[in-house]
Amino acid sequence: MTKSPTILIIDDEAQIRRLLQLTLEPAGYSMKFAANGNDGIIMAGNERPELIILDLGLPDMEGVEVLKRIREWATVPTIILSVRSSEGDIISCLDAGADDYLIKPFRTGELLARVRTALRHRPKIHEKEIFTTNNLTVDLNLRIVKKGKDVLKLTSIEYSLLTLFVRNAGRVLTHKYILEQVWGPTFAEEAQYTRVYVGQLRKKIEDDPAKPKILITESGIGYRLNLEEN
Amino acid sequence: MKNNAEHRPDPETLIRLLKKEEEKEKRGKLKIFFGMCAGVGKTYDMLKDAQVALSKGIDVVIGYIETHKRVETEALLIGLPTIPRKNIDYRGTNLEEMDLDAVISRKPQLVLVDELAHTNAPTSRHTKRYQDVQELLNNGIDVFTTLNVQHLESRAETVAQITGSIVRETVPDSIFETADEVEVIDIAPDELLKRLAEGKVYTPERSKRAIENFFRLGNLTALREMSLRITAERVDRQLREYKHSKQISETWKSGTHFIVGINQNPHSISLIRWARRTSYAMDTSWAAVFVETSQKLTAKETEQLAKNIKLAGELGAEVITTSDEDIAGALLRTAQSQNATQIFIGRPAKRKFFRSTDIVDSLLQRAYNIDIYIVGRKDEQANAPSREWLPVIQSGLPQYMVSSILIIAVAFICFPFTEIIGYRTVSMILLFAVSLLPLRLGRGPVLLSAALAALVWNYFFIPPLFTLYIKHPEDILMLGVFFIVAAVSGTLSARVRARELAVRQREMRASALYALTKDLSSAHSQEEVVKAAVSNIKKYFNSEVAIYLGDADGDMSPLLHPASSWQSDEKEHSVAAWTYWNEKKAGRNTDTLPFAQATYISMSGPRYPLGVIGIKLPPYQKLTLDQESLLDNFIAQIASAIERELLNDVAKKSIIVSESERLYKTLFNSISHELRTPISAIMGASENLLMMAQDRAISIRELYSEIHIAAERLNRLVANLLDMSRLESGMIKPKLDWCDVQDIFNQSIQGLEQENEDHFIKTDVPEEFPLVKLDFGLIEQAITNLIYNAIIHTPAGTSITVKAKIENTHTIITVADDGPGIPKDEIKKIFEKFYRIEGSVTGGTGLGLPIAKGFIEAHHGILSVKKLIPHGTEFILEIPLDLEPKSL
Repeated sequence: MTKSPTILIIDDEAQIRRLLQLTLEPAGYSMKFAANGNDGIIMAGNERPELIILDLGLPDMEGVEVLKRIREWATVPTIILSVRSSEGDIISCLDAGADDYLIKPFRTGELLARVRTALRHRPKIHEKEIFTTNNLTVDLNLRIVKKGKDVLKLTSIEYSLLTLFVRNAGRVLTHKYILEQVWGPTFAEEAQYTRVYVGQLRKKIEDDPAKPKILITESGIGYRLNLEEN
Repeated sequence: MKNNAEHRPDPETLIRLLKKEEEKEKRGKLKIFFGMCAGVGKTYDMLKDAQVALSKGIDVVIGYIETHKRVETEALLIGLPTIPRKNIDYRGTNLEEMDLDAVISRKPQLVLVDELAHTNAPTSRHTKRYQDVQELLNNGIDVFTTLNVQHLESRAETVAQITGSIVRETVPDSIFETADEVEVIDIAPDELLKRLAEGKVYTPERSKRAIENFFRLGNLTALREMSLRITAERVDRQLREYKHSKQISETWKSGTHFIVGINQNPHSISLIRWARRTSYAMDTSWAAVFVETSQKLTAKETEQLAKNIKLAGELGAEVITTSDEDIAGALLRTAQSQNATQIFIGRPAKRKFFRSTDIVDSLLQRAYNIDIYIVGRKDEQANAPSREWLPVIQSGLPQYMVSSILIIAVAFICFPFTEIIGYRTVSMILLFAVSLLPLRLGRGPVLLSAALAALVWNYFFIPPLFTLYIKHPEDILMLGVFFIVAAVSGTLSARVRARELAVRQREMRASALYALTKDLSSAHSQEEVVKAAVSNIKKYFNSEVAIYLGDADGDMSPLLHPASSWQSDEKEHSVAAWTYWNEKKAGRNTDTLPFAQATYISMSGPRYPLGVIGIKLPPYQKLTLDQESLLDNFIAQIASAIERELLNDVAKKSIIVSESERLYKTLFNSISHELRTPISAIMGASENLLMMAQDRAISIRELYSEIHIAAERLNRLVANLLDMSRLESGMIKPKLDWCDVQDIFNQSIQGLEQENEDHFIKTDVPEEFPLVKLDFGLIEQAITNLIYNAIIHTPAGTSITVKAKIENTHTIITVADDGPGIPKDEIKKIFEKFYRIEGSVTGGTGLGLPIAKGFIEAHHGILSVKKLIPHGTEFILEIPLDLEPKSL
C-alpha cells in the first residue's frame, strides 16, 4: 500500500482529460495521459498502469483496436468511455476483453465507483473461494449459495450462471459471452436464455427482484454483478 | 459414358415439364366431357358431376348451359346458380353469350361452360369460347366443359371426309391435351339412334332429318372409334409424361424434331394437320417454316398464309418465318439451326417453267443427313395448276400503261428515221427499251412490253408496212428471235431486280434494327428510351404508337405515356390493360378484342410485365409477316432497354441512399461528439464542485447546482435532438431481441431517479409474463420519455403506473397517471414536434412524445393517448408480437 494505483487515460479531448484528472487525482490515484491510440499502447507498456480508461473515438485508430493490441500482452482492467450512439462498439470492446464501460456524459460519482470496482476485483477472486456481496454468500468450494442464512436451491444452469458472475464480479458481461460460457458457443445468438435464467436467478437471490441490486441489467449490452454494497 | 449422356432427359424437356407444372399450380383445372357427337349425354353427365360437387360444398355456378330443352337435363339445373347471359345486339339480332367478366368477378370455384367449340358473337372479347375458358382458368377458376370429336382441329378434316359435312367451329388440340381431366361419354350407336328415334335428343322432325344425314350407323361407328382412340392416345401420352417427370429413362428417346415447310397454298392446311398428328404420335416438337421470297402475294394468298400460320401455331408448332429466294436452302438452314432431322414438304403443284430446279430436287440434292418427306395432296384440284400460267397481276394497271406507252413512244420517235437507219436497227432500239424496263417494272409489264414491241415492230416497220404480213422469211426469223430475246432478257432482269429488292428489304430491316438499338443504347433514361421507341416504330411501320408502362407495384400505369404519338380513349385503355395482365397480343388483327383501333403487344419483364405498346396502323392496313417479325424484334429490344433503365434507376437510388447514410453517420457522430464533450466537462466539473462545496456557504452550493441543472437540461435537449434527427432520417432500425419487460421498466425508472423527487412510480407486470421481441434500448427510451413527461406535467404526489399485458397479437404497455389530464383540444397535438401545451411548466423540449411515438412506430406499433375518468392520462403502446427477427 505504499504506492497509489496508476490510471492511464487514453482520450483525445483535452477537456475530458482535465476533467478526469480533477476527479480522480483527489481520490488518490496517480494519472498518466495519452492523446491517441499509438501513444496509449506505448504508455500501457512503459507505465504498467493498474487501470486504463479508454475513449472509443480516437483520431488515429479505433478504440477496439487499441484494446486488442494491449490485450495481446496485458490483462490490465480497462474501462471504455463512449457516447451512447456506439452501443455496437461497446459490445465489441467488452467481447474483446474490456471490463466495464461508461457513457458520456457520465456522473463523476458513478465513475469513481466503477474505478474502485475495476481495481479491486481482478486479481483476488481466484484465490477467494467464498464470495460475499449484498447479503449473498457463494461458496465456490462447497457449491453452496446462501441468502442471509438460508441455503438456496439452484438448478445446475443457475449455479453455473451465478459462478460465472462471481468469477467476473464487477465486470460487465455481454449476452454473447454469458451464452458462450454457460451454454456453449453454438448458443451465442440465443439471448432469450440469459433473460429467462437471469430472471429466475434474481427471484432467488435478490431482496426485491423488481429492483435488482446484485445482478444489474446493462441496457442492450448484458449484465453485471454489482460489487458496491448499497 | 456416351450411353449415359444419351439416356438423360435433356434440360429443355425437363424445363418444359416444370413450366407446365408451375402453370398448372396457379391455373384452374379443366375437365372436358368428350363425346363422339351430339346427343350422347355430355351436358347431362357434366351437370350430374356438378351436382355432386355442389353437395360437397364447392361453389359451382353455370356460366353457359344449352339443355336443348331435354327434360332430364333441365331437371339437373335445380340448385345450381346461373350467371345471367350477356345479350349482344349484333346488326339487329340478339345473341346470347356467356358473361365472362361477370363470372370472373363472381370468382366461383367451378364454372360450367357448355360447347367449348362455340364461336362467340362478333363484338365479344374473344372470337372463340375456348379463349374465354382459358381466361377463366388463368383466373384460377375450375371449368367443366363439353366437346365433340369433330370439333378437334386436327380431326375436323377426317370427320368431314367421313360424314360429308364440313365443321367450321374447331378447338385447338392443345386445349384438349392440356385439360386436367377428360371424361369420355360413350354410348353404343344403336342406343343413340334409339334415343334419337324416341325424340330424346332433338324434336321428332329434326331427329328424322338428322338420322338421314349425320347420324347414320356407319358415321357413328367411325366417330365413336375416333373419339375412343383419341382418348386412348391421351392416356398413353400421359403415361409417357409421367415417365418423363419421374425420369424413367429407359423408354426415353432423343426428341426427333422435324420442320414443315408451309406457304400460302391452301394445301398447307392438310400438311399442317398431318404434321400435327405425326408429332403427336411421335411425341416430338415441330416447327412450321415459311420462307418468304420476293414473289408478291395477292390479298387472297396473304390471307390464306396468315390462316396457315395461325393454324400451325394453334396446333403446337413453333412458327418460324425467314426470307430467302432459295427456299430449299432456307429450309435446310432452319432445319440445322433447329436441330431437326426431318423436313416435310407438300408435293409441289407442277414444275414451274422458269425455275431452273424444283424445290424437291434441290432439297434432295443438298440434304445429306436430313430426311426429306414429301406429303402428297389428297384432292388435286383440276384448275389449280392452270393458275400458274395466267399472268399474276401483281403490278398495278399504271405499270402496264407505262410499259405500253414507253414502247409506243419509242416506236413513234423512230418512225420518221426508218429510212435512214433501217428497220432492223429499230428492233435493236426497241429491244434496248424493253431491257431497260425491269429497272422499274415487274415481270408482267415487261412481258407485255416485249410482246407489244414485237407487234409494233412487225406492224409499223417490217415491210410491207401497216400489215402483220411479213415479206422476207429472214424477217420472220428475226421477229421470232426478237420476241424471245426481249422476253428472256426482260424476265431475267426482272428476277435480278426482285432479288435485289429482297436484299434491299433485308438491309432495310437490318438497318432499322440497327438504328433502333443505337437510339436505345444512347438513351440515358426511361423517358428517352420510350421516346426513341415511339419515333422508331413510327418511322418503320408508318403507324401511331401508344405506350403504357408498368409501375413499381406491377400494375399498369393508368396514364398513357406522354411520349405516345396518339391519344387513346378509355376503351383502348382497357384493351391495353387486358394485354398487360394476360401478356398476350390483343386488339386489331388478333383474336382478342379485335374491334380495338390498335394492336397491343406486351413487353414482358422479369417479375411484372414492363408495359404495353399499342400500334395503330392506317385504316385497312396490315403488317406483313416480315414486318411483324421485325416488330417483335423491335419490341424485344425496347423491352430490354426499358428493363435496363429500370435496373439503372434502382441502382442509382441505392447509391444515393447508401451515400446519404454514410454522410449522415459521419455528421451524426461528429455532432454528437462535439456537443457532448463540453457538456461532459460542464457536468463533471460542476458535480465535482458540488461535492467539494458541501462544507461551504450555501449560496455557492446553489450556484454550482444551477450549473449542473443547466448542463443536465442541455444534455437532455441534445439527446432529444439527436434522437429526433435519427428518427427523421429513417436511420432507426430496431435491433430485436428477446426482452424482459419488467427489466425495461426498472431501467427506465432507475434512469429517472434523479429527476423524480415527488412522484410515486409503480410497475405492474403479470407473473410469468413471457419474453417479447423488442429493441431494449429504444423501448426503454420511449418509456423513460413517457414517464418523464408525466413527472414534469403533473403535480407532486401524483402516482404513475406502468403496466404490461398481452392482448391477442400485441404487447400492450400503458403509462398512466392520475394527474389533472390533458385539455381535450390539445390531446391531438401532443405528438407534434416542439408542441408544448400552453401554460404548462417550463422545461422540456416538446420532443419527448414525438420521439417515443417514433420509436414505437419503428417497431410497427402504435402509441395512443386516452383521457382517464375521472382524471388522469394514459399512454398506450401497442406493439405486434410477431416482429420480424433481425440478425444480430
